[in-house]
Formats: sequence, structure tokens, C-alpha cells
Amino acid sequence: MAVLEKGSPRRESRSFGEWVNDERVRSVFYQILVAVAVIFVAHYLFTNTTENLKARGMSSGFDFLGSTAGFSIAWTVLPYNPDDNYFHVYLVGIVNTLTVSLVAIVCMTLLGFIVGVMRLSKNWLIAQIAAWYVEILRNTPLLLQILFWFLAVFSLLPRPRDSMSLIDLFFLNNRGFYMPAPVPGDGFDLTMIAILVAIVATYALAVWARKRHFATGQRFPAFWTGLGILFGLPLLVFLVTGAPLTFDYPSLQGFNFVGGVTVPPAFCALLLALVIYHSAYLAESVRAGILSVSHGQTEAAYSLGLRPGMTLRLVIVPQAMRAVVPPMISNWMNVVKNSSLAIAIGYPDLVAVFMQTSLNQSGHAIEIVAMVMLFYMSVSLSISLALNYYNKLVQLKER
Amino acid sequence: MVREFHVLKDIDLTVYKGERIVICGPSGSGKSTLIRCINRLEEHQKGDILVNGVTMDTNLKNIDAIRREVGMVFQQFNLFPHLTVLENCTLAPIWVRNMPKAEAEKVAMTLLERVKIPEQALKYPGQLSGGQQQRVAIARSLAMSPNIMLFDEPTSALDPEMISEVLDVMVGLAESGMTMLVVTHEMGFAKRVADRVIFMDQGEIVEQNTPGEFFNNPKSDRTKLFLSQILAH
Repeated sequence: MAVLEKGSPRRESRSFGEWVNDERVRSVFYQILVAVAVIFVAHYLFTNTTENLKARGMSSGFDFLGSTAGFSIAWTVLPYNPDDNYFHVYLVGIVNTLTVSLVAIVCMTLLGFIVGVMRLSKNWLIAQIAAWYVEILRNTPLLLQILFWFLAVFSLLPRPRDSMSLIDLFFLNNRGFYMPAPVPGDGFDLTMIAILVAIVATYALAVWARKRHFATGQRFPAFWTGLGILFGLPLLVFLVTGAPLTFDYPSLQGFNFVGGVTVPPAFCALLLALVIYHSAYLAESVRAGILSVSHGQTEAAYSLGLRPGMTLRLVIVPQAMRAVVPPMISNWMNVVKNSSLAIAIGYPDLVAVFMQTSLNQSGHAIEIVAMVMLFYMSVSLSISLALNYYNKLVQLKER
Repeated sequence: MVREFHVLKDIDLTVYKGERIVICGPSGSGKSTLIRCINRLEEHQKGDILVNGVTMDTNLKNIDAIRREVGMVFQQFNLFPHLTVLENCTLAPIWVRNMPKAEAEKVAMTLLERVKIPEQALKYPGQLSGGQQQRVAIARSLAMSPNIMLFDEPTSALDPEMISEVLDVMVGLAESGMTMLVVTHEMGFAKRVADRVIFMDQGEIVEQNTPGEFFNNPKSDRTKLFLSQILAH
């Protein structure tokens, strides 16, 4: 009977023992305890910091963002010179971080999928290569890999004079990687417009082909036609307008290369390390995702007459993606966060230029740390917001 | 030393159009393997398999042609969980038979009515009971309008009260003249609809006969033992 009466609101009076052992009373008590602790710690930190700042005569606030930074940054995507202010340094750091992260995310996703599928291959050698790749790269620290690529590979490349070159257009030496820079001429806008038109047309074609297939049962080779439009139309416009595109080629003058686009060794080392390290993780997620779809699904599709390619596209991949996408997105967030290890090899990312140099010069530690945290958190949170939306979209319906 | 192990041996079986065959036998006797060879979910190493006059070999065109005409129902249903019941039934007609979607849906609804669950068409497989899922699986196979239906222990994964709803559908299918090969332990079903009962043991066909003869007058000792074990309760 005691079980029935437990927590019953109809009981008028309860002994102290009953009251203390009530699970609802307990849960409220612990919540109050935690809230008091949090408020106390926050209050202590705030008063302590303001008192210390006052004692040292330091100002707080974001006014420093307007003052001149005065230092130079080795390599920037946004234009920058030492006369720019700290806020501009913040933006330069963000763009440098996002550049290396985005390129790394694209490459790492492609490589991760390839290695993940390779590890499932029936070919013994291919599966073994993929397995060793994953096990070696996943089980050594990322910082070690970044230092390896920077110190043991890119710093030991030949001097500019003895550069390694690919068909005399791309050069690699210990000062970085050099490639031709495109210089658009008159009328190149038309080619750009043609590219946009081709993308829209290809998409429209795919939608139309699918609609017609569902409506009449007739199939249309939308993939190959789309590929033709995508490359053919811009090429045609480009040639008709007289090929208005020239290149600025890098060339050796004296001790160094001039012209073209340069990427410093630190960028190359960081990019390679991020791509390789994270692709090993993604490969495992891809493998797990594909394995999570039971073999019975393949058998059922085959027994209905679906060919292997269609089975993969219509049955296996849609189910595997459910399992692959969440770890893949958290991998993407890790790429952005881990790119801050750039500081070890002197790549000027956000942490290096803002939390290191700017902080040392201006002394505004709290404001700067808060701004850097805000950046990383808003990137990570927007990625995970998108992920939650996707998850809700593809969730399996069960009872 | 590697010992050669035959999953199946000395199989010589001819199935006629419209014939209903029940295959039984102890577990590991090769009954499932036998019917899975017919649509090449298992490969056979020696001998010939002819389905509707098409030889089953490594020719992909032949494999495709045979799979289009042979439907299969699995013990574990194997419905596609990311598609609705209706989409499960229209997937193959749309993508393999190039049927217009509206027509495929009409066919699918007729079949769902035949298996008595048209009201579940827009639900997902995970929302249905085992018996309902297996009936959807039957409808999904029938949507390709196959000439031959293979059943691989279709009621073995079901709760007892759901077995009869699936068997009812299968009886209806048998009465409509479908050629059927059914691996099952449901001896009541065998007695009721089978033209021929095949008993297998250790990869061989031990005995085959009409259900009357098979159950009342079994010839081999192995068959007698098997029947005494499964009919004892």
C-alpha cells in the first residue's frame, strides 16, 4: 500500500522522514543547490576581475578595437596593412581561419568517403591500405601531424631556385606553393553568367526528367545531358567571346618567385594535416554507416529486380546517410576548432593574430577571449543547428 | 586438409506452372539455400538452373530478367524503413518497370487491398505490426507482377496470432493460380494448399510426394522421424 500512497497529494500531514525521502522534494533541493553555487561563482569572478582591473589601472570595454594594430601579418586573404585597426585584425583572422577550414572540410569529406568505402572493399590489398591509413592517422596526435608536415616535409623542400615544378605552371619550394593567377579580361562576365545559367538549366533538367519519369515512366539520361550543359555552355560562350582570360604566371626572379598566387608552407602543412587526420575519422563513420544497413535490404532490392547501382542510390545510401551525417558534421566542427593549432607553425589564424599578438599588445584579455569564443561558438552552433534540422527531417518513423 | 562441404547436392527439381510446392526439413538442410539459388541471392557452383526458359548464369542480363519475374518474401520482411508502405510497393515498378507513378500507385493500392491493409498505405514499416509488415512485403513483391513467388519461412518471425493473417493471404494467392515455392514449418498450410511436399535433409531431397501421401504414408525413416517430431504437439 505504501507504494500507492507515495507522493499522493491527498495526504494531509507527512512525517519529516517521508518528506526528506520524497523524490520531488529531493530534485527541487538539488536544483536550488546548483543555482546558488552558480550564482556565487559568477559573482566572485565578476567582482574579483573588476577589482583587479581597477587596482592595475586598466580600462575595460571595446574601445581598443578602433586603435591601430601596428603589426604585420605574414599571409592574409583579406587585404591588410599594419595601419589597420584591431577590429580589422579580427576580421582578417576569421577569414584566414575560415579559408583553411573550408578547403580542409571539402577535401576531408571527399577523402573520408573514398577511404571509408575502400575499407569495405572485397579486394584484400585495398581494404588493408585503408585500414592502416585509418589506424595510423587516427591514433597519433593532430599536433604531431601538423608539426610533421611543417618541419619534416614543407620546410625541407628545395630552395626557390631548385623548385619542384609541374609543367612549369605550378611550383613548390620551401617558401610555399605557387600557381598561376587568373586575370579576367573584357567580356569575361558573360562566361560567368553562362556558368550560372548552366547550373540553373541543369537543375531544371533534373527536376523535369524526374517529373516525366514519374508521370509517363519514360527515362531521360539527365546525368550525362546535365554534365554536357554544365561544361559545354560556359565553354561555348567563353570561346565565342574570344577567350577573354589570361593568367599571371609565377616566375623566378632573383632569389624568389614573383606573380601568380602564393600559399605559404604553414598553410599547406596545416591543410594537409587537418585533411588527413579528420578524413581518417570520417572514413570510420562512413564505414559504420554503410554497415549499419542490414544485408537484407540489399537482398530485398535485388529480389525486386533493382540493379546494384539503383539499390545503392535508392535503398542503401538514404539509410546510411542517417548514420553518417551526424558524426560527419561534428567532424566539420572539429576541423574549424582544430585549425587553431595553426599557432604552432605560425599560420596566422584567428587565435594567432588576435588572441596572441593583439592580446599581448593591447592587454584586453577578457574582451578578446570573449570575441574569439563568440566566433567559434557561433560557427559550431550554426552547424549543429543545421544538423538537428536535418536529423528531424530524416528520422525513421516508428511507433 | 579442407573437407569439401556441399550445402546442396544432387538436386533435380522441376516445378510446373501454377504448382504450389512446400519445402520442409530440419534446420541446416539447405531449404532456404535451394530457393535462394533460384533468384541468385546464392550462387550455385555446378549444375544448371533454368527459370522460365532463361538460364541462370553469370550473365547480368539473364540475372536481371529472372529477378524481374521472381518475387521473394523473407523471414525478416526486409521492408525499406525509410519509405512509406505505398512507396515500398511502387519503388520497383517505377524504377525497374518504368511504370508511371500514378499507375504504380493504383496497382499498389489494389494489392494492399488484397492483403487487407489499404488504410496503412501512408505509414512507415516501423509503425506496423510484424504480420502487417509481412503482408506489405507480399504486396511489394506482387507489385512487380511476378510469375513465381518464393517464400523463405514467411511466418517464422511472427507472433502466433499474426501467423494466420499472413497464411490467409498466401492461401488466397495460391488459389489465384500463382506458382509458389514455400519454405515453411506450417504443416497445416502444406496440407491445405500444396500440390507437392518436398522433404530435405543434409542438402538433398529425401522425399517428395503429394501432401496426402507425404503425411499419411512417409517412405523414408528420416521423414518419419521428422514428422513425428513436428506433429507431436
